[in-house]
Amino acid sequence: MIDSPAKLKSHAENLSKNSKPATTILVSLGTCGIAAGTRPINDMLKAEIASRKADIEIVEVGCMGLCHSEPTIEVVNNASGKSVIYGKVKADQVAAIIETASKGIEAASCTVINRSWFYPEENETATPERIQARIVLKNTGKINPEILDHYLAEKGYQALSKVLFDMTPQQVIDTVIESGLRGRGGGGFPTGKKWAFAAAQKADQKYVLCNADEGDPGAFMDRAVLEGDPHSVLEAMAITGYAIGSDTGIIYIRAEYPLAVKRLEIAIDQAKKQGLLGKNILGSKFSFDIMIKYGAGAFVCGEETALIHSVEGKRGEPTVKPPFPAIEGLWKKPTVVNNVETFANVCAIIRNGAPWFKKIGTPGSPGTKVFALAGKVKKVGLVEVPMGTTLRQIIFNVGGGIMNDRKFKAVQTGGPSGGCIKFDQLDTEIDYESLKRLGSMMGSGGMIVMDEDDCMVNVAKFFLEFTLDESCGKCTPCRIGNKRLYEMLHRICDGRGTRETIQNLKDLSNSIKDTALCGLGQTSPNPVLSTLAQFEHEYLAHIDEKRCEAGVCKKLLKYEINNSCVGCTLCARNCPANCISGSVKQKHSIDQSRCIKCGVCMDVCKFHAVDRK
Amino acid sequence: MSCPINSKAELAKLSPEKAEELDVYLTSLPLTDDRERNRGFLIQSLHKAQEIFTYLPSVVQVHVANRLGLHLAEVYGVISFYSYFTDKPVGRYKINICTGTACFVKGADKLVEEFQRYLGIKLGETGTDGKFSLTGLRCVGACSMAPVVMVNDRVYGNVTTKMVPEIISDCK
Ligand SMILES: Cc1cc2nc3c(=O)[nH]c(=O)nc-3n(C[C@H](O)[C@H](O)[C@H](O)COP(=O)(O)O)c2cc1C
Ligand code: FES
Repeated sequence: MIDSPAKLKSHAENLSKNSKPATTILVSLGTCGIAAGTRPINDMLKAEIASRKADIEIVEVGCMGLCHSEPTIEVVNNASGKSVIYGKVKADQVAAIIETASKGIEAASCTVINRSWFYPEENETATPERIQARIVLKNTGKINPEILDHYLAEKGYQALSKVLFDMTPQQVIDTVIESGLRGRGGGGFPTGKKWAFAAAQKADQKYVLCNADEGDPGAFMDRAVLEGDPHSVLEAMAITGYAIGSDTGIIYIRAEYPLAVKRLEIAIDQAKKQGLLGKNILGSKFSFDIMIKYGAGAFVCGEETALIHSVEGKRGEPTVKPPFPAIEGLWKKPTVVNNVETFANVCAIIRNGAPWFKKIGTPGSPGTKVFALAGKVKKVGLVEVPMGTTLRQIIFNVGGGIMNDRKFKAVQTGGPSGGCIKFDQLDTEIDYESLKRLGSMMGSGGMIVMDEDDCMVNVAKFFLEFTLDESCGKCTPCRIGNKRLYEMLHRICDGRGTRETIQNLKDLSNSIKDTALCGLGQTSPNPVLSTLAQFEHEYLAHIDEKRCEAGVCKKLLKYEINNSCVGCTLCARNCPANCISGSVKQKHSIDQSRCIKCGVCMDVCKFHAVDRK
Repeated sequence: MSCPINSKAELAKLSPEKAEELDVYLTSLPLTDDRERNRGFLIQSLHKAQEIFTYLPSVVQVHVANRLGLHLAEVYGVISFYSYFTDKPVGRYKINICTGTACFVKGADKLVEEFQRYLGIKLGETGTDGKFSLTGLRCVGACSMAPVVMVNDRVYGNVTTKMVPEIISDCK
């Protein structure tokens, strides 16, 4: 039991004094790592260490952010502090890795990954190779999230100890206001102000609610934090509770994240056993408990009023604001709703002070932002950069550019509420306002890169289909308006659109934006408006020339076999619709009436004998 | 307010062990006479019930409603709202194709078509033999391996249409 600040401090000091083995190997075991087969590699590493009786410990950590190179491990030489990261580790490399690790040298013939981030809290600064700044992801990929002592050794729960014993609730709120921290869930509302509203309410009960619904498809920042460093969120929630006068925290997490749920449950249990959560935390008068509530697959439940209804066990339908949750939230009590990543900033701000935090990022948007970089980029992964970094740096430096050296077309941010950004806008320095000016938005951090093979009309259709699926149906503009938008996009993709369709798309989009009830409907036309603004020529090509430049819209495509065909029969054998005929060494032909336009023939042909028109 | 039939007995007809398991869970909840407060436990109860019964047939809905002191209509309203819950039986193998944005730009729609063609069922359906269900899912968080297909708990990454027969034959 750690029941005083002094004990917490001495415990952390003892942990740092504990003798370490010569080498530590960090093994990335987040969802992506596990899916990529890191577990068997981990077992082999352990077996190899045991059989050699090597002085090496294995630490199973969360996502290192290097999802493109899983299985990823980091070998740390504890004497020199030097480390080397190996990516795409294969079974036959395990022996060499352990062998060289014992000798303190790099393993030849393994893929070495350069560290592209620095730690502002360790007084490191950016270099041309290291433009990422890890504050939120400070511990993910470094500590075992299931071992409390690992977190405590990284100054864990010291921010909570500091606020409980050295600060008044008002001082905590002032610090967060001064830091300029803004909500990372998408809206960018100043976090300290939100806390001040809730703190000013007189009520017998208040709640701290953590939004871990992460509904943007293709975004996985919050998942990585919860899987890799759950205590940092718990600690921040307790700090929020102290600041606003609440003794109950609730984490609302999507059911699709079983590993994050498990790690949160373990973390809550450990913290309670050690007196870091629960009654009289660290021997103070402050008590705070945290519960987990589960989502059940509804995107709109990420919206805070819908989320509150879902926690109450109702259909997750949003309601009109005001009243804002900070005034009247869960069970009609004042409730602070913050995103996982917002919370994950709080402890660092308290530990290092607001001026330290403000030095990072831009004046209007201090700090960093975590992005889930995915799509057609070489290095898919988690990226945490100071606000003000350009999109070009993220996609081309950190992300390594476009896969298969195709041409960049657009990057989509803000998920189904956001928009697409073009090549000539890539030097924009990102913050909440700059992305809005480009017709997109920060959103929660999904960043999907698209190349010349992506059709922008089809992309808009994809997001509309998503919104249609997820609309709760409560208000007419969203329920019916989005359906009409979707149908219009469908017509354009099928080659049945006219110039009038474009005007109708614009008009209806603007009406929906103005009249929908909640943030879901108000932002759902954004993908349409932004692709129309940036890529109108693609819409026009579909309409005027019945042509899909990217070769995606099937109704506008035709596959034909040209004279380069040598009759190898490969296409006919691979055609899933069996609609290619021709005998060996004879030119083949495609039966257009049965062709499903899957493009397999074109992919398999070695002679460039299939044309797409 | 609650349904007059003895829902536990009805549920036991489905499977006595499963009925008991659900009841043990419901009993462990700090339920009170306050309907509003009890409602806060509804979603987790349904998660548990679906975990036990694999789907939520009407007897299960009635029983949960009775124990929480809620109307059946309220329970059904919640089930129909959330895509995670289903009141129809699902196949032994749940084939979940990720249709999140990262998987979409990497060609998830082609996989959907190929699975539909191969299994002869549409997205959201279960085959008549009860072996396979085909569903779409929004991002499992393994976007680096897009497109992703999940079969029960197993994740397949970088899936191509050619891998479809292989994935199906893994389901034994
Ligand atoms: C349709 C919709 C979906 C949203 N989804 C999320 C989400 O998945 N995660 C999240 O943190 N916030 C989401 N939000 C924003 C929340 O309503 C809320 O602003 C946020 O949780 C507040 O926390 P913050 O100030 O820390 O960002 C969503 C908003 C809307 C309108
Ligand atoms: S979008 Fe498919 S795993 Fe993320």
